[in-house]
Amino acid sequence: MKKLINSPDSVIADALRGMAAAHPSLAVDLENRVVSRAGGATQGKVGLVSGGGSGHEPLHGGYVGYGMLDAAAPGEVYTSPVPDQILAATKAADGGAGVLHIVKNYTGDVLNFRMAAELADDDDIRVVSVVTNDDAAVEDSTYTAGRRGVGGTVFVEKIAGAAAEEGADLDTVAGIATHVNEVTRSFAIALHAGTVPAAGKPGFDLADDEVELGVGIHGEPGRERGSMAPVHDLVGYSLDVIHADRPLSGDLLVMLNGQGGTPLIELYGAFAEAAAWIEGHGARVARSLVGNYITSLDQQGFSISVLALDDDLLRLWDAPVATPALRWGR
Amino acid sequence: MAFDTATATAWITAAEAAVKADEARLTGLDAAIGDGDHGANMARGLSAALTNIAEKAPTTPGDVLVSAGRGIVAKTGGASGPLYGSAFRRAGKALGDAASVEAPELGAALEAALTAIKELGGANEGDKTMIDALAPAVAAFQAIAADGGPIAMAAAAAADAAEQGLAATIPLQARKGRASYLGPRSVGHEDPGAASTTLILRALAEVTA
Repeated sequence: MKKLINSPDSVIADALRGMAAAHPSLAVDLENRVVSRAGGATQGKVGLVSGGGSGHEPLHGGYVGYGMLDAAAPGEVYTSPVPDQILAATKAADGGAGVLHIVKNYTGDVLNFRMAAELADDDDIRVVSVVTNDDAAVEDSTYTAGRRGVGGTVFVEKIAGAAAEEGADLDTVAGIATHVNEVTRSFAIALHAGTVPAAGKPGFDLADDEVELGVGIHGEPGRERGSMAPVHDLVGYSLDVIHADRPLSGDLLVMLNGQGGTPLIELYGAFAEAAAWIEGHGARVARSLVGNYITSLDQQGFSISVLALDDDLLRLWDAPVATPALRWGR
Repeated sequence: MAFDTATATAWITAAEAAVKADEARLTGLDAAIGDGDHGANMARGLSAALTNIAEKAPTTPGDVLVSAGRGIVAKTGGASGPLYGSAFRRAGKALGDAASVEAPELGAALEAALTAIKELGGANEGDKTMIDALAPAVAAFQAIAADGGPIAMAAAAAADAAEQGLAATIPLQARKGRASYLGPRSVGHEDPGAASTTLILRALAEVTA
């Protein structure tokens, strides 16, 4: 394993120090491991908190700022943050109008955020939680832990963040976040697994002619293994799965996301295929993101997330945002 | 022998050593059907348990387990943190203020731990989780305790039952936790949570032997 690190133990602390040095708009609490807005909580505004394992950068710390999150709690690599840490983030985000927890549906994240919400309640901070579960690769049944929260989480953080910035109350912001999650679907394919620094080797092995279909964001294997194919076929397969789960029509927000180890030139090639597929199915790409927005360390591969836009969602998506990783209109 | 403050502390100390020694194996099991962090997380969590015990200097076995649970919740993260943390806390609370307990009380505390894990995680036997090791272990422990057997014998039987439960997870398809995303592909692997539970119960057998 060759990684640009000092040691596997210091990866997260070093990255947080770097975020603090690079972004004066952020306040980075190195002891509690909380990233929040430098100016503190906005009084009277609903606070937005998210968090989860590290290794998905820019998620979540890179989305702290005007129009998105108020605070983020990064855990160990691929491991959810702990309750005290989430509580510290919740306090940093609390402007007196309550706090929304945006939680990706993984057992560990859900349990730790639930414990943190109980602690916040003890401190008289009202918390509502929205659990994202947009991954079309997983059957939601009694035989699984439910669908995973993946790329759609970025849409939820942006759109709910815009609603909070407009002055919407906690229940309204939570309702919008829930709605965004419901109308979003994602699917991912990996070409080569990422390497957790402490593990030192890739999370799974793939032959040169194999791909992992339907991977999550933690390097966990997907639902099945497939044959390597041209990007046209891989993107088509992904959109077929999404379309079968929730038919695509009308104006869409489309994110073609890299998993951390795939060059932008390939992501643009993939987006060309996605745009052609969508047009061929009578829908329209109204807004798009192409790049690394929710990664899995150095994993090679991509995910596609698609959200069905209406006028309200489009307005909230277009609303000003100023974070390290998303920035427009301000 | 009775289960007192020294024995409880020795249990957590031995559990931490066992998990550290087997950290790579636990991580390997998790990499196969999860995300490959279980060894590191359990080592970190049980270290935190020991640190918290050293700081709080508990004077009853119940307090030792509560301190261990709080340390685990504070530092572990993932699902293991809340699940193991709540398990130890509830076991500790079940022991109450007693300075020393016998097999029936310790059996009841282990059952409280099992109940805590089931409530928090929503899993049951057969879902390919830590419960598949813990549930048969609790039953074996309580059966011997009910017959008036000593803690050493009950704990040894519990560790054996956990090992059998762990082996029985291999053909199961996971229905809870991250391995459930694999569906049929989770078959053929030991469950990492059941493996760490077995190590912790074997540590109890060793310190009470």
